[in-house]
Amino acid sequence: MTDSRKEPKPRPAPVADAESEPYWKAVNEGRLIVQRCTVCGAHQLYPRWRCLRCRGQVEWVEVTGGGTVYSFTVIRQNFSRSFRHLIPYVVALVDLDEGPRVMTNVVGIEPDDVRIGMRVRVRFEAVSEEASIPLFEPEPAAG
Amino acid sequence: MIVGVSTSDYPNLPDMSEQQVHAQAAERALADAGLEFADLDGYATTGFFPMFAVGMCEYFGIRPHYVDETNWGGASFEVLVEHAATAVEAGVCDNVLVTYGSVQLSAMGRKLGTGGGTGAPVGPAAFDQLWGNTLVGSYALAAERHMFEFGTTSEQLAEVAVTMRAHAATNPMAQYRDPITVDDVLSSRMIADPLHMLDCCVISDGGGACVVTTEERARDLQKPPIYILGAAHAMTHHMGISQMPELTVTAAAQSGPLAFRRAGIRPADVDTLQVYDSFTITVVLSLEDLGFCAKGEGGAFVEGGRLRFDGELPTNTDGGGLSACHPGMRGMFLIVEAVRQLRGESVNQIPDPKIAVAHGTGGMLSTGATLVLATEAP
Repeated sequence: MTDSRKEPKPRPAPVADAESEPYWKAVNEGRLIVQRCTVCGAHQLYPRWRCLRCRGQVEWVEVTGGGTVYSFTVIRQNFSRSFRHLIPYVVALVDLDEGPRVMTNVVGIEPDDVRIGMRVRVRFEAVSEEASIPLFEPEPAAG
Repeated sequence: MIVGVSTSDYPNLPDMSEQQVHAQAAERALADAGLEFADLDGYATTGFFPMFAVGMCEYFGIRPHYVDETNWGGASFEVLVEHAATAVEAGVCDNVLVTYGSVQLSAMGRKLGTGGGTGAPVGPAAFDQLWGNTLVGSYALAAERHMFEFGTTSEQLAEVAVTMRAHAATNPMAQYRDPITVDDVLSSRMIADPLHMLDCCVISDGGGACVVTTEERARDLQKPPIYILGAAHAMTHHMGISQMPELTVTAAAQSGPLAFRRAGIRPADVDTLQVYDSFTITVVLSLEDLGFCAKGEGGAFVEGGRLRFDGELPTNTDGGGLSACHPGMRGMFLIVEAVRQLRGESVNQIPDPKIAVAHGTGGMLSTGATLVLATEAP
């Protein structure tokens, strides 16, 4: 008999609220969007009422999906049933080319080969029938 | 000023409730001060649920007119003492009891380890919670970045753990007392690169308490009063490490210099430091941000036994959260040990200290709070 307490669970899915709904809807459609200030042009994430830099009004804009690894760790212990079967996996902070820093996983590469400064590009992974999350993988070499 | 301190029993309290840990620590701190519950007109604590301090007032059977439950994570108790000192000085109240208690080890078991879910992934929290990051992982991200920017090594981080264990060896209550080496740290299990198991604090039951009172009242109490020369607190982000502006600069860079300025001291004047050591990297970052060394030099600073009780900056002389006791929000223990050093009561007593600093860190490197304590009036 299998012990149901040990069976993997699905990854957690985002719960959208009024402010984050456009973001999670876009992600579910395979687009990465961030807020841009209509006054100073600064980009930000997560979404806020106003621009963090100049308090100007913000709007949603699509970004290129390219970024750079700011820092990372290889998770080798996590008792969560949603994640322990994925160990070892890479948790990283990625600086999007437009500026905002995002929490993510770097996938499609051996964990030990991930480096700070590495170029990465977004991809999307469904975590439920209604929701996806952005992950990042190494950017193919140019040319 | 602080006139009474105590820890509760620790680190393993399977037969005690959270409230009992508060009560045991409170009773001992009041006895240490020579005060009674009836003397209290102020009370402060914090827990994980709203109105926790009100609940503890009810539990104790006290009805103070000053109550504070500011939650600054692990640094809460430095803030609560800062607030209490301000309230006492303003004449709002005379005698404030500050307590902490936790039975996280017994209640939740050792598997709490890497920390986990912090509620539903909704609103801002969703932007950090969906990728399997852990509590250790957040500190590991900072450690990895510090290594990248400044060349800090795992050996240097391990020095911090080795020093704390050396201090714990003479603390009969400490959770782990057997000496360890740098190699022991490096060969312990990797939890989240680059942090090994022995780079992480222990998980304990325990608590502590202290009593803040007026200068006038302190004069006729039994123990020499400890002056609160200066205090300050600061934050950089909430629980999502993605929102921390720079992973290598903590709230201590704001709270430390402000507290030192208010106290009229410089880092070089500090005789002993009791600093939050949730992870070895927490100590390195705090040392830099408090100004004991320049940014990026924390790794080299902790080498050569500088943090040992017989070193240049005796740090966490009770064995710290890395070896003695870490029940979740360790800030109170820093205050208790700082006061004990200044009174000459530590298990690793340094000769005649005049100024001690307690610096707490809370959340995911989110908050900082600095207290400058001294044996003499400013």
